[in-house]
This record gives sequence, C-alpha cells and structure tokens, in this order.
Amino acid sequence: MSEEAPDSGSEYERERVPDRALKGPSAFWGMYAGEHTAGTEFMIGPLFVSWGASASSLIFGLLIGNLLAVLTWRFLTATIATQQRLTLYFKMEKIAGKHLVKIYNLANGILFCFLAGSMITVSATAVGPFFPTMKMPTFESTMPTGPGWIMACVVIGVAMTLVAMKGYGVVAKVGHYAAPWMFLVFIACALVTLGRLDNYNLWELLSPPPGTPEQISFLGIVFFSWFCNAAMHIGMADLSVLRFAKSPNAGYASAAGMFLGHYIAWICAALLLVYWVRVHGVDPSTGKDPGTMVNDAVGWTGLICVIIAGWTTANPTIYRAGLAFQGIAPSMPRNVSTMIAGAVCIAAGIFPAFAMNLLGFVGIYGTILAPIGAIIVVDHFFAKSLGIPSDPAEQSGTSFNFTVLLAWLIPVGVAMYLYRFHDVFASYLPLPTSIACGLLYVVLSKSIGPKLAIPSSR
Amino acid sequence: MIKKIARPIGYLALLGTILPPLLFMFHTIELAPMQGTMFVSCIAWFVAAPLWMKTE
Repeated sequence: MSEEAPDSGSEYERERVPDRALKGPSAFWGMYAGEHTAGTEFMIGPLFVSWGASASSLIFGLLIGNLLAVLTWRFLTATIATQQRLTLYFKMEKIAGKHLVKIYNLANGILFCFLAGSMITVSATAVGPFFPTMKMPTFESTMPTGPGWIMACVVIGVAMTLVAMKGYGVVAKVGHYAAPWMFLVFIACALVTLGRLDNYNLWELLSPPPGTPEQISFLGIVFFSWFCNAAMHIGMADLSVLRFAKSPNAGYASAAGMFLGHYIAWICAALLLVYWVRVHGVDPSTGKDPGTMVNDAVGWTGLICVIIAGWTTANPTIYRAGLAFQGIAPSMPRNVSTMIAGAVCIAAGIFPAFAMNLLGFVGIYGTILAPIGAIIVVDHFFAKSLGIPSDPAEQSGTSFNFTVLLAWLIPVGVAMYLYRFHDVFASYLPLPTSIACGLLYVVLSKSIGPKLAIPSSR
Repeated sequence: MIKKIARPIGYLALLGTILPPLLFMFHTIELAPMQGTMFVSCIAWFVAAPLWMKTE
C-alpha cells in the first residue's frame, strides 16, 4: 500500500493547472510503481497468511481487487482530475469551505501519522538481526516489546523526522532509484523460498494447512485490495497528482503500483511466512517480523530493502502530516508541525498494534477519508442534473458548509459503529460509506443547503 | 561518459539482484554466495542508478 502520492511540485495549488505544465503518461507509471512498493508490503503479504487466506483468494481475489482499483483510478479520479485540474484541497475548499477543510486536514494528518508509524515499525524490525537479544514484535503484539525496541523505533523515527523537516526531495529521489531494485528484492525473496521448500507449486504453497480458520474470505481480499488506497482513488487525494495528466488514461498508470506492489510483492512477502511456518514451525497467527524473514532469505540486501522501503514511504508521509497540521494552524512554522507529526509517528511506531493490524487500519483510513471524494463526485458529475449548486461554499462565500460536514460524519459514524460493535471487516466499509455520503449530500443540499443559482453549464 | 558507463553497470546490478536467487531456486548456487552477490549488486545499483536514472 501507499502513504500518498508525491507532491507534484508546489505549483498551481490555487488555480487550474495550465496546459504547458501537463505531463505525459510515463511520469505517472514510474511514480505509481515506486509509491506502491513500500515497507508495509512486507507486512501485508504475511498478514494474509496469518488470516488464513486461501490460494484462490490470494491469486484471483487480489487480481480482481487490484483491477477494480485501477479502473476506479482511471474512470473516477483521473476523469475528474483532468477535467477540473485542481488539488483535492482547493476543490474541497470550493465545496466545503476553508474551515471545514481544516477538519479534514486534522483527520488526514492523524491518519498519516499512524500510517507512517506502521512504516517505522516495519523499518525497526530490520534492526533485529543485528541485536539477537532484542525481542521483535509478532502479529499479536500490541505493546512495545522492550527498551531495545523502543530505542530502535525512536532512532529510526527521529532520523526520518529530521530528514522530513528538510523536505523530502532527497528521499523521494532515493525512493525513485530504489523502486526497480526493491521490486526485484521482493521477487528474490520468493525465489529463495521456492528453492528452499523445493516446491514450485504456488497454489499448493499458498493454500493454508487444513484446519486453519479462514479469517479473510475471497470477497474480503477483493475489497481489501480495491480499497486499501481508498483515500487516494475514491477519496480523490490523487486529484493533486493526476491533475497534471494530459489524458485521463494516466489513471491506468496505477496498474504499475497495483500489480507490481499490491499483487506480486504481496504474494512474494506471503511466501516468506509460508516458509517459516512450514520449516521453522512458526504459528501463522503469531507470524514473524519482516526483518528476520528477509534477512534469512536474502541477507543484508533484504535488510537494506526493508529500511529503504519503510524510509522512502514514511518520510513523505511524515512531511505531509506536518503540512496537514500546518494547514490547521498556518502561523506554525513547517519545521514545528513536521516535528509534532514526527513525534506522533514515533509514538505510533513504538506500539506494534498499528502495523500488526494493518489489514484493519487501512480500511478505517479509507472509511474516514474516502467519503469526501463522493461529495466531489456528486459535485462534478451530478450537481447540474440533480439541481444542486456546484462549488456551493465558493458561490455563497461560506467558510464552513454544514451540509458537507453532516453528509461526511453521519455515514462515517455509522461505519465506525459497525466496525467497533459488529466486527464488520473495515475494508467493506469505504464503498457503502462513500455512497451513503454522496446520497446524503444530495438530500441535505436540496433540503438545508445554501440556496444558490444552479449553473446552466459546467 | 559517466552516464554511458553507469547505465550498463546499473543493468548488471539488477541482473545481479535477480539471477543469483533464480540460480539458488534451481539449486545451482549456495545461499551465502547468492546473498553476497546480491549485496554487491545492491551497492552497485545505488552507485550507478543516480548517475543515469531520470527523476522527473
């Protein structure tokens, strides 16, 4: 999965991107491939094994889910992005008002911190092989495993935060250079595992042992892979990137990230745990930390890969969380806001609960942020035909559109209730929550929304 | 000139990252030399890649 697409330059943030600044498709293919081969992929593949996912779920479920994600990027996000050519924030400001955007920023910033915290956790597991006495977290760990673990997370987190405070240009470059190499390291881990098990039957290897409880179904895998980046596609965060695309076909570039990172890399990472379960007798529900598994398979190269994969994705996330916090208090220097974000990330990273519950967390992340995208979809495609104003906050001059707030929070509140008290798998929630949000926005706009002129043409 | 040299080194480094595990899978190389070759290739890649890869 990914933290967020990179900043496409701090340009045209409050205006349409002009034609001269548009980019061809090649810029997007490389970006998506790099962004979605992250440190967290080392967690997600083994977590599927831990949850007893079947071979058919992994091979076909991921295929279908990722395909749906690519189509969502192409036909929803990229279509709106290339027609509006505005950032998510500027478009939201036009619909919701600048003060409501601050609430979104706060939610975004906090969730970014937890995501970056997970990446710190993954990177810190690479320290384990150098300190054999240090107890590494397992899938069941929620609390820090000891002073050594806390120290590892703090050192890595502080280093990441210091770099993020300087901007993330250098780290973004390292991430770009590392992308093809990192992908090959994932493949290498799988090849080594196949060789060690002397079994090339992927179907058989990915099938859980008889009696393993299946905690994630075929549909669960489809929805997880479709919505693990819900905030980016249906949530429209990638408007900020794809607004630079010459054609909406740039949305197809997300296939590079989905099928290399969220398909091949996840399956390769899953095989690592399969080996540890079959050969070392590790309990799949307990799992094994990525650092130990990768070091065992491909040595120091794997440890470097775990650190770089975590680092290059955590850094922009910390940077963006800092920007989100700065958006709430514009007078705060960016270094201070990044430092605050870094401190929250480190605190989250120390507690393995977030990384070890990544399958649930990314669903929550999408459920909270994606519904805002539904409001943009309604505003862009249906406002005129439904007789509701487009860009209502801009038209009325309001800085806080309560219609948007209610349409966003009511379905999210219901979704959180279902997640918390009825154990609904979090990845099932972003789609119905977003649809409910869009419908509620239409109803509320017609009933209590600002009465404005309906544009005769877009 | 540097770019001309760096590019083939980069490709060789990528080959050195994927070929040894492939040979290991077919039992034609041991684990330690495989890991060693991958580590050297890793260093070669990060030295060579910045010299020729575009970072748009």
